[in-house]
Amino acid sequence: MHRVTHFLAYPLAMFLFIGSVAAADNSTIVIKKFMFNPMDVTVPAGTDVTWENQDGEPHTVVSLTGDFRSQALDEKDKFSHRFDQPGSYKYICSIHPKMVGIITVVAR
Amino acid sequence: MTDDFHPSRRGALQCLAFGGAGTLFTLSSGILTPIGLAQAATEKPAGLPLFLQISDTHIGFNKEANPDVAGTLKETIALVNAMKMRPALTIHTGDVTHLSRAAEFDLASQLMSDLKAGELHTVPGEHDVTDGTGTEYFARFGKASDNRGYYSFDHQGVHFIGLVNVMQFKPGGLGAFGADQLAWLKDDLSGRSGSTPIVVFAHMPMWTILESWGWGTGDSEEALTYLRRFGSVTILNGHIHQIVQKVEGNITFHTARSTAYPQPEAGVGDGPGPLTVPAGQLKHMLGITGIRLVRHHLSLSDTALA
Repeated sequence: MHRVTHFLAYPLAMFLFIGSVAAADNSTIVIKKFMFNPMDVTVPAGTDVTWENQDGEPHTVVSLTGDFRSQALDEKDKFSHRFDQPGSYKYICSIHPKMVGIITVVAR
Repeated sequence: MTDDFHPSRRGALQCLAFGGAGTLFTLSSGILTPIGLAQAATEKPAGLPLFLQISDTHIGFNKEANPDVAGTLKETIALVNAMKMRPALTIHTGDVTHLSRAAEFDLASQLMSDLKAGELHTVPGEHDVTDGTGTEYFARFGKASDNRGYYSFDHQGVHFIGLVNVMQFKPGGLGAFGADQLAWLKDDLSGRSGSTPIVVFAHMPMWTILESWGWGTGDSEEALTYLRRFGSVTILNGHIHQIVQKVEGNITFHTARSTAYPQPEAGVGDGPGPLTVPAGQLKHMLGITGIRLVRHHLSLSDTALA
């Protein structure tokens, strides 16, 4: 309880700092513990989005509309795709289709 | 461990988990009953060795759970080759490779060519078709099925059906056969005598063991409706790297061990990934399955590497 109170007491500057880090990380999605993290990402058109697998089990990044598809990513392997067109792009891991994610691309 | 095997008295499938590497199946009163590969290696068991199931060899895997999957596959093959009576068929229930890479398939084919257990039949696992089309898999194993992946054949009076449930994933979903394959299955079974023993093999379990881990096949119920009229149906799967079985009427479901690495029990931990176990335990958790034919009945047994 003490810890929570302490955290909430941080000034607004701290909140803004965290916000800017999250924005900078938007183009990188970590695959860990059988999850895409974050699962829901919004980026401006023209962004290169990169996925990095941090699980010992391989995963894939497969668009449900056929727009992009990675090879099987082993641990530490990365996959990038450039999103030029605004829209919603749902994807799954084809090895573990319970794993789902979505990229929302907005016009600059 | 193996001397309590009396196929004539068994009314249902049983499976003995050996400290070793596989499963051998025999057919007994239309029902699979277990015997051990260890037994097959040392004495002449009842019945005819029908076939051997090997699964989830995951060639290309090199992580902590087993840095030498080629080595454990070689050990498995040596164990089978040492059997006095070897079956005339081997069925690989998928995940031949870990990442669908050409070099992995090449090494797997090279290693499997040393197996002295008859003709090799395969179905793909999801690790074999991560490119979506299974280009490398079908280049090597597509011929038997005219590049569909699913096919059937007869051997020793038993009708064998290989099915593919790893190429039609939907988000959040289980494995699936799809309408075309189910229509083919219905047609393949129509007109066959209900007394024909049926063996179905597919990578993912054909009953739902754990939905959230994808341990099941979403449209398997339709397949089962075509299979239920048969007096002896044996469904062999892999995917989960451990033995799980169920008997439902005349249908026996069985999953085989991997020769590469174990996975956690359903729902334990973060997900269905490699399970690292203390040194010395690994080979007790890897293995194969054997199937024998005893007076028209199938009997199966699992054997571990150690």
